[in-house]
Amino acid sequence: MFLSINNVNKSFTNKGNTELVLSDIQLDVKEGEFVSILGPSGCGKSTLLSIVAGLATATEGSIELSGKTIKGPGKERGMVFQQAALFPWLTVEENVMFPLLPDMSKKEAQQKALYYLQKVQLSSYTKHSPHEISGGMQQRVAIARALAMDPALLLMDEPFGALDEQTRSRLHEIVEDIFLETKKTILFVTHSIAEALKLSDRIVVMGTQPGTILDIIELDFPRPRSQSKEDLIVYEEKIQSLLKSEIDKVTEKEQNHAASR
Amino acid sequence: MQPAVKRIIFYVLLFAVWQGAVYAFEVSPSLLPAPTDVFVSLYEGFSNKTLLYDLLASFQRLFTGLAIALVLGLLLGVLLAKSKTADETLGSLILALQSVPSIVWLPLAIMWFGLNEMAVIFIVVLGATIVMTINVRTGIINVPPLFIKAAKTMNYRGFRLFRKVTIPASIPYAVTGIRLAWAFAWRALMAGELLSTGPGLGYSLRFASDFGDMSRVIAIMLMIMLIGIIVDLLFFQRVEKKVLKKWGLATE
Ligand SMILES: Nc1ncnc2c1ncn2[C@@H]1O[C@H](COP(=O)(O)OP(=O)(O)OP(=O)(O)O)[C@@H](O)[C@H]1O
Ligand SMILES: [Mg+2]
Repeated sequence: MFLSINNVNKSFTNKGNTELVLSDIQLDVKEGEFVSILGPSGCGKSTLLSIVAGLATATEGSIELSGKTIKGPGKERGMVFQQAALFPWLTVEENVMFPLLPDMSKKEAQQKALYYLQKVQLSSYTKHSPHEISGGMQQRVAIARALAMDPALLLMDEPFGALDEQTRSRLHEIVEDIFLETKKTILFVTHSIAEALKLSDRIVVMGTQPGTILDIIELDFPRPRSQSKEDLIVYEEKIQSLLKSEIDKVTEKEQNHAASR
Repeated sequence: MQPAVKRIIFYVLLFAVWQGAVYAFEVSPSLLPAPTDVFVSLYEGFSNKTLLYDLLASFQRLFTGLAIALVLGLLLGVLLAKSKTADETLGSLILALQSVPSIVWLPLAIMWFGLNEMAVIFIVVLGATIVMTINVRTGIINVPPLFIKAAKTMNYRGFRLFRKVTIPASIPYAVTGIRLAWAFAWRALMAGELLSTGPGLGYSLRFASDFGDMSRVIAIMLMIMLIGIIVDLLFFQRVEKKVLKKWGLATE
């Protein structure tokens, strides 16, 4: 398997209390697959992605990428965060060159950066500063920057969470194009059911407290998904009812907690 | 009305009242000279170049002290930000020293270095190093964790991560540190010169005062003020504004 997440547990210790955030996460992802992770806020989606990125370590279990156990961050995994996280002291172009510069000449890096900026339709903004472009554009630069490393696996943590609806759907198209063209494997965290249905080959639905995988939904529909709107409604309802019981669970817990005080 | 216009009117009025009061009450020039006398003294100082030499001498000391302080402050700031033990021990001492005006070290400095330039430079270095250290430390501690995380996913780590992300990310604080270091250094230098030895603006001020030449005293005070303002307003505030804007930290 390309990416195997094997029985991952993660707990945080806070002021003496140990809280289990991820419980027994088991997931295999094939090469070239687009997998979304969907779940209520606080279920550990970001935590899981950080562990795959190598920014955090699992308390138990392991993650393997092409047969190799992940021990830290690496160039074969690119990450896009909810905030663009562009470096303000660099231009758009220099930001995209940032992951390349240690390994190649400035000229080569510049050419590559331009190539990926073209992919996200920003080639005319190379010399701008991050603060001079909009949030959606910043996020596209962040995508170009992650792509520039040519990672085998692209991790995206609610990359469009902070954007408005129109910008979002425009970026969905860009991501889908990039996915189809580059055949990258993408692990995509979102809390939008529509977003997940539009983009994914499979949707991992997570429950919370602790974070577990509730269900994995296969979507065997042609792209673009707009053609299969009616068929997708069934899935939307299924996911909604899965998530609803989770949210009810959280609400109930909260009420019990409040009552016990 | 434009603030600049208001300001001009204010200063014209201030000088007029000053001049008028000196004439009306026949104030002795050894108590408060008229502004015209001050300007004459200022003009003389420039035409016979004594003020220029004083300025040059002061600046030389200032830049020596400031350069040492900035380097020291940078190193100490990095140390405090990176080592918890250093921060808890040395850091507390530096914070404590911050509340002591550096000029109170002069008697000790004179004992250690003698009544010479070294003692004055020591005072300058001390005052400026502390603010620089504190700002660099704050800057490094406040680097957004997201920047570090993002850089790590791009395979940056260790010293390269520090040089390419931590340092540039903390530049806004460092710039503020340099501006404050300059202000502290300038004040410490004047105090140090006033109380020890010259040549320099502070020393000439005391010299003029010993001879009861109050127009010259005030002329030098004006110089000290003008330089402070010019450097701060025309240089540091502009640089700071630009940096903050570029780093996306500007408030408006
Ligand atoms: N460094 C940490 N220390 C302690 N607890 C943490 C830490 N990081 C995350 N947690 C806890 O882990 C749980 C999951 O957090 P995580 O950020 O992974 O959730 P999420 O699913 O990404 O939520 P959202 O959709 O709101 O982004 C939360 O309860 C959070 O409080
Ligand atoms: Mg999250």
